[in-house]
Amino acid sequence: MSERLTLISGRTRKQAIGMHKGKDSPEYHAATELVEMNPEDMARLGVADGGRLTLRTEVGEIAMTVQAGTLPAGLVFVPMGTAVNGLVGAETLGTGMPSFKGLTVEVEVVEAGPAGAEGPRS
Amino acid sequence: MMLGILGGRVYDPRNGRDGQVADIWVKDGRVVAADEVDRDRAELVDAAGLVVMPGGVEVHSHLVGAKVNAGRKLRPEDHRGHERARVGDLRSGAGGTVPSTYLSGYLYSEMGYTTIMEAATAPLVARHTHEELEDMPNLDKGVFITMGNNHFIMKAISEGRPDMARDYVAWLLKASRGYAIKIVNPGGVENWKWGTNVRELDDAVIGYEGVTPRRILETLARVNDELGLPHVPHIHGINLGRSTSARTTVETMRTLKGVPAHYCHLQFLSYGEGPQHIHSCEAPSVAEVVNADPSMTVDVGQIVFGQATTMTSDGPLQHMLHQTAGGRWMNDDVESESGGGIVPIVYKRTNPVNATMWRTGLELFLLVEDPWRVFLTTDHPNAGCFTSYPQVIKLLMDRGYRRERFGGIHRRARRGALLPELEREYSLYEIAVITRAGPARALGLDKKGHLGVGADADIAVYSEQEDKEAMFARPRYVFKDGVLVARDGAVVAEVPGRTFYVDAPYDPAIEGEIRAYFENAYTVAYENYAVVTGEVAHTEPVACG
Amino acid sequence: MSTVVEHVACPFCGCVCDDLTVEVEGARIVKVKRACSSGQGVFMEYDPSPRTARVRGEEADWDAAVAEAAAILREADSPLIYGLSSAASEAQRKAVELADRIGAVIDSTSSVCHGPTGLAMQAVGEPTCTLGEIRDRADLLVFWGCNPDQSHLRHFARYSLNAKGALTPNGRADRTMYVVDVRETGTAKKADHFLQVAPGHDFEVLTALRLLVQGGEPEGDPIGGVPRAELEELVERLKSCRYGVFFMGMGLTMTAARQHNVAELFTLVAELNEFAKCSVIPMRGHGNVTGADQVLTWTSGYPFAVSYARGYPQFMPGEFTAVDVLVRGAADAAVILASDPGAHFPRPAAAHLEAIPTIVFDHGPSVSAAHATVLFPTAAYGVDAAGTVYRMDNVPIPLSKVIETGRPTDEEILGRLIEAVRT
Repeated sequence: MSERLTLISGRTRKQAIGMHKGKDSPEYHAATELVEMNPEDMARLGVADGGRLTLRTEVGEIAMTVQAGTLPAGLVFVPMGTAVNGLVGAETLGTGMPSFKGLTVEVEVVEAGPAGAEGPRS
Repeated sequence: MMLGILGGRVYDPRNGRDGQVADIWVKDGRVVAADEVDRDRAELVDAAGLVVMPGGVEVHSHLVGAKVNAGRKLRPEDHRGHERARVGDLRSGAGGTVPSTYLSGYLYSEMGYTTIMEAATAPLVARHTHEELEDMPNLDKGVFITMGNNHFIMKAISEGRPDMARDYVAWLLKASRGYAIKIVNPGGVENWKWGTNVRELDDAVIGYEGVTPRRILETLARVNDELGLPHVPHIHGINLGRSTSARTTVETMRTLKGVPAHYCHLQFLSYGEGPQHIHSCEAPSVAEVVNADPSMTVDVGQIVFGQATTMTSDGPLQHMLHQTAGGRWMNDDVESESGGGIVPIVYKRTNPVNATMWRTGLELFLLVEDPWRVFLTTDHPNAGCFTSYPQVIKLLMDRGYRRERFGGIHRRARRGALLPELEREYSLYEIAVITRAGPARALGLDKKGHLGVGADADIAVYSEQEDKEAMFARPRYVFKDGVLVARDGAVVAEVPGRTFYVDAPYDPAIEGEIRAYFENAYTVAYENYAVVTGEVAHTEPVACG
Repeated sequence: MSTVVEHVACPFCGCVCDDLTVEVEGARIVKVKRACSSGQGVFMEYDPSPRTARVRGEEADWDAAVAEAAAILREADSPLIYGLSSAASEAQRKAVELADRIGAVIDSTSSVCHGPTGLAMQAVGEPTCTLGEIRDRADLLVFWGCNPDQSHLRHFARYSLNAKGALTPNGRADRTMYVVDVRETGTAKKADHFLQVAPGHDFEVLTALRLLVQGGEPEGDPIGGVPRAELEELVERLKSCRYGVFFMGMGLTMTAARQHNVAELFTLVAELNEFAKCSVIPMRGHGNVTGADQVLTWTSGYPFAVSYARGYPQFMPGEFTAVDVLVRGAADAAVILASDPGAHFPRPAAAHLEAIPTIVFDHGPSVSAAHATVLFPTAAYGVDAAGTVYRMDNVPIPLSKVIETGRPTDEEILGRLIEAVRT
């Protein structure tokens, strides 16, 4: 089961720290391959903290670890970096600025996560 | 390297030369006596029939630094159609009223100017000004440092400590590698940070007990005198652009009577209350006061019809312009020091207010009797672009042309005007005074603005033409430090210029006080504030006293 | 032998905090005081070990690498120079000179950050101030679409929310803070009032605020997801504050309305000045992206997205912005200075960088460096090279050289490259 949600990306402290350690460092990967989601959206999708999701656009797809966050329903947040750039497309609306925020992504559960998750609701 | 400019008609007012045929000899960048040069090894330029003048000296122009660059960024539309392609080693550039740095250097050079004064920089951002000046070739430079709304100085006034102000100003000029004290709407820019302004010389400055525009002016004038600075306090007075400006300008001049001072872009400060809210031209009454006080110098800030970009440190003025003219507005409040703003503008001959402003400037030129005390500027880019100087020269030298131009302005600005009765025509000698010799003398630049032995070999050679605009727009040759930098109105070489700054002594005890003050006054460290030796490549200290 | 360097400026983000103390032992940095976690990273993670240039992955001496880079640029018909944002202005000036001489497109990270802010400024102007004015005077702060809690870690302490100044001796207690954002961020949690705007509806809310300021009556409730009463209250506070400051970020520049969002905000701030002193601060991200704007503007007239291909500067976002150039495949060589588009650009643009020869200036193992045809591991400004940077409020601040590594600077190598392409 997959859903279309809206993605925004941005700076986080951990992403910056990871960047200083190097973009091939485990800290950077952990910091940037992370998607924060509204807990209700997570429950509906059947995924818990620590679970794995695939995020997909026509540009590509990336697997990420999910974490509950303070977000309105339908919105997900991913830190800026190499991972999310696998999803962002070429459109800049004539400004040079890509769509790093407000991107529609298809979200699919890969692993439901630690005990307590029941899989997709029917 | 040696150079001889032979047989030209030399206009060198400082040395009393009014078109006499003479040779100018140059060696190692300086004007020298003929017998110091080996003619066989010198480059010789035949200047027979040509007019030879010192290179132009710009006394007031906004060319570089934070505010100017914001003006460039603001106006991409004003750059298009005003591009300059790279040629050989020369750089490309763009800009109509706010040209990019290399282009500014080339344009001044192509007009025969060799020295410029950057009219206003807040010391906190002086480093930026100096960086841009490094990218503006073919000109020697100086930077005026805004102090009229400086917290430390206002504190010194409030506490009744004139020595504190004096030592601080000396420290500040060195820290910012500045050349002169600039005062912009004293007290008014500080009040703008509270949403208001000043209107009278004795209005209170908010937050500073006992501080008024008058006291700021008097204090800085005294400091200037005590330090023996090469220039005098350079004053953009209160009420610029307002119908009360002429009155308060005259009051300001009377306050500082006998104390040397320079009043900049005086045209903008010479208005009275006219009918139907259109300002009246008060040039005659202002000129009368100027004529009566030989200690003062002024520059006009002549309006040129067409595009302009107003940019000053006068924050509340710029907001007022935004409110009246509409359109884009940039404002920048600078902590503890200054402020400012930018508003693009178009001056139209069909607009009665603009036409009155145009008339006011010309009347000032024609009514101030002593050319050694009235200098040619357009307060670039506020009243017009500096590339319009040749047009202004023609208006001053050719009364027929002036009359014709006057006929084309809005009739309300013509009604009752004195201008058509003013028959005076500036001579070439007088033009050399108001664009070279006079500014150099007022600035205390004793090697500029003249062609006597010892002068820097900054020389402009013109073909004499009936059309004075064409003549001054396209010099035959321009030399900077004896190097040919422009020929037939086109730049041919780039040389770096020097930045003059003042190195005046101060009591080192002031440093401790300034350092302590920094903690609360600024968000940068005291240790990171001053421009240090080596940061600016070509600086030259000027001694004081 | 240990030395302590004081008043060190941090080059990482637009805050350019210049109160750091760095302890050095020989050529190693052992401690940094007062830096945030990002600043710590800049200094403590810096690898000072000797480096050589690389050509196609193989070690090469610097001169050979310069010759190879010059050959690439001479061969190229449509070179792109990109980045600039962590380089000092001295190097940025060289980058622009190079672009001018070879007829390149030159763009900075502004185009993927506050480029839309620059476009808004060009459209309507910008009432702004230096950071000290905020510390000293501001009693009302509105953070819109930015999250300094994660991006500008010492901003609150040094300049805004908690900073103590002449008229704000009680710091936080002397201020009212609003946050406007689509989600409750760490910054929002610190606010007195959090206005949660529906994603994509910032423009609508800004327009409604403008109407309210002018005494008008916007329709609907909520407006853009925000209860009308909250907007009315904000407007009352704005019209009666002593000194109100808006801070804006990617929440406005990166969403669908891009520069129109920012222009609407700037217009709101300008209109508020009829009633109260208000300013706006773009939260510039990189340490010297503001410098890149300044340098490119003073030399070309334009702040980013410049092409010198015709021999004079032309400005066109959308045409000469780096992402667009790369996505169109319109660059056949690239110089990447002080940035990592390989990591930070969308894949369609980053992919093209892998298909063309690239000349990369980077001291660290960035993604762009990993794919570089010619790599110059130059000194890091602020660590082993001094230079000038421009803080987010345009104040120019000198960077220190705290350790000596003997590495050439970007300025030096670019200078040599400029000479080499002329011959």
